[in-house]
Order: sequence, then structure tokens, then C-alpha cells
Amino acid sequence: MASLKDLRNRISSVKSTRKITSAMKMVAASRLRKAQEAAENSRPFAERMDRMLGTLAGSVVGTPGAPRLLAGTGDDRRHLIVVVSSNRGLCGGLNSATARNTRALIRELQADGKEVALLCVGRKGRDALKRDHASLISDTLEDFGRHVITYAEAEVVAQRVLDMFEAGDFDVCTLVYNRFRSAISQIVTRQQLIPFPVPETANENQPLDATGDAAQRALYEFEPSEEGILDDLLPLNVKTQVFRAMTENYASEQGARMTAMDNASRNASDMIDDLTLQYNRTRQAMITKELIEIISGAEAL
Amino acid sequence: MTETTEFELVSPARLLMSEPVEMVVVPGVEGDFGVLPRHAPMLSTVRPGVIDVYKGGQVEQRLFIAGGFAEVTEERCTILAEEAFPLTEVSADDARARLDAAREDLEEAETDMAKGRAAQAVVVAEALSRAVGG
Repeated sequence: MASLKDLRNRISSVKSTRKITSAMKMVAASRLRKAQEAAENSRPFAERMDRMLGTLAGSVVGTPGAPRLLAGTGDDRRHLIVVVSSNRGLCGGLNSATARNTRALIRELQADGKEVALLCVGRKGRDALKRDHASLISDTLEDFGRHVITYAEAEVVAQRVLDMFEAGDFDVCTLVYNRFRSAISQIVTRQQLIPFPVPETANENQPLDATGDAAQRALYEFEPSEEGILDDLLPLNVKTQVFRAMTENYASEQGARMTAMDNASRNASDMIDDLTLQYNRTRQAMITKELIEIISGAEAL
Repeated sequence: MTETTEFELVSPARLLMSEPVEMVVVPGVEGDFGVLPRHAPMLSTVRPGVIDVYKGGQVEQRLFIAGGFAEVTEERCTILAEEAFPLTEVSADDARARLDAAREDLEEAETDMAKGRAAQAVVVAEALSRAVGG
């Protein structure tokens, strides 16, 4: 049986743990609000980007002069997986879910006989993948997200991917990140980044008369030219997608942390209740025992 | 009520502007172009420069844009910009400091790719200081 002093110590240590977890919960909650706002603010850009690319891509795809970011390198042997994770832990199963999904993806690709390389964005993803796939990790970028993800931080990551593509290090690039749905639900998402996946409806191989889309596209004037615009627009799209993945993942991280810390605080409270009950029982038992000793001592006289 | 076109200026971080305007003048790569309501649909690359927003027959707002893309349709004009802000938010000193920093980066750049990016930054900074100065 634990002594009273032991129990007192345990109660106070659980209490201070609860203070920490509930403080972390508050911090995560306030960051979540900001992060969610940032994620929502980045949506209009992405939507309009998609619209423009949809207009353009369909008319260029399949032509010999199509940019490589759109048409690909003509090969799909070497894959680069960009794993977006958080820099800090204590956010529930967020990063392990990303890592699990990534491992599954690696297995699928390797089973198909592809070469796989990893680019880790965020420390925790790298830590989780290091054990099984250390040889595949080409680099880790972790200098971001101190308060909120800025576009400049995402640009560094995207530029890295683009440089690697220019250097011919890979053929296909896939992003793995957590899409933010709510504070308690984050969905691991895979998204093909390079080559740009052309939506089916924008494909010109389809009969023209069937799609009003194609008719509308024909009306657009292009300055300087379709290819010229695409050459600039596609890298920007890569940056935007990376930025979006990172903001979504950051919001997910804060949401997951808030939930995890809320649970931890609640568990700590339960534990304190149990320990306090045990402490009081032990204390009363001791008092009773002492009283009995006194009474029986007095009776003996 | 004069006819208006819907003008949208979007950066990756947020929707900067979305309102009906009478005319916008956009610095396209092949020359500035004005967008009035019922403009023919077009897509254009935008060079670093100043966007003039016209309302009530005069320039209502001037915005600096560090390059981007414009999509014009009959009823709206959407501009995607990596960086954009009202011209009133920067002083001539800010612009000069930025230009100096960009030139320094260009001198320090080692690889071809880094040089290309630094050169682009210099072009943007030059456009900014021209916009502020003149």
C-alpha cells in the first residue's frame, strides 16, 4: 500500500502534468483558429488556379511542345514522395498516420518495380520513416511553421522539388499530407504534383461537340501564347499546391494536438480524482487505526 | 449607374480584392492593357508593375504586383499574383532597400538556377522602385 506521502507526491505531479497539457490545448486551439483561417484563405487562389489550368492544359496536352511539368518526362520509373508532417510531436496519431500511408505507398510502388525517393518536410515524418526507409530519404526540410506557414516557406520546398525535377532526379512526384476536415478528423491525402494531372473533361481527345468547355476555350486569347503562359503557370501551380498541402497539414497538426491534449487533460483529471479518493481513504483508515489503538489502550488500564 | 466588371486580385495567402470596378489597367507581358466590362476573354502573363483600378472615372487604387497571371472574361477580371500590395504601403526607402538587397543576392548567387531567381527578384525590385519613385 502506498504511503500518504507517495500519494501526495503523485497527485501533485499529475496536477502539474494536467497544467501543461491544458496549456498546450489552449495554445493549439488559438493556433488552430489562425491556421484554419489561413487554410481557408488559400482556397480562392487554388480554385482560380485550377480554372485557369483547366482552360489551358486541355488545349496543350498531347502536343509535342507541351511543357514537361504537364506532359511528364515520358517515363514513370522514378518516383519522388514529398511527405508533409509536423515539426513537433504530441499531436495524436497525425504523423504516424502519414508515415503509415507513405509506407504503404512505397510498398505499392516498389512492388511495381519503381524507384522511390523521399523528401521529408517536417521532422516527425522523417523520424517515423527513418527506421524502415532511411536509404530512400534524400533530404529533410524542417525550417518552417514557427507560427504559421508563410508562402515563402512553402516556396522554398516547392523550389527544391522543381530544382530536382529540372535536374532529372525523378519522373513523378506525389505529395502526402493531412487534409484538414475538423479538429477531430484529419484525412491523409495523396496528391500527384508532377506531372500535372489533367482533368478528364479538359482533354481534347474527346469529341469537341460534346463539351461546351472546349467551345468556350476556343474563345480565349492568349498572351504571349498557351505554351508561354503554361511555362510560368505550372511552376506557380506546384508552389501553390505545396503551400496548400503545408497549410492544410499545419491546421491538421493544431487540430490533432488540441484533441490529443484535451484527452490527456481529461485523463489527468480522472487520475487525480482516483488518487485523491485513495489518499482520503488511506488517511481515514490511519486515523481510525490510531483511534482504535488509543481506545483499546485506555480500556486495558 | 455605370457598367462594372468584377475585379479579383488573389494571392496564395488570401483574397486581396474582390469588387466591381469600372476599369482596371493591367501590366501584361506584351504591354499594358485596360479591362472594361465585356472585354473579350483572354489569358495573359503579367509582368511586375502597377495595376490601376478605376472607379468613378478616376484611379481609385494603385496596387503593385510582382508578376502573375490575368484571366479576363466578359464579366470579370481575375489576377493571380504571388505577391501584391497597395502602392501606398511602401515608401521609396523600402523599395530602395529591397532593390539593394536583391542586387546583393544576385552578386552572391552561385548556381545558374539561383542566379536566375535572383535576377528575377532584381527585376521585381526595380519595377517597385520605379513605381514608387515615378
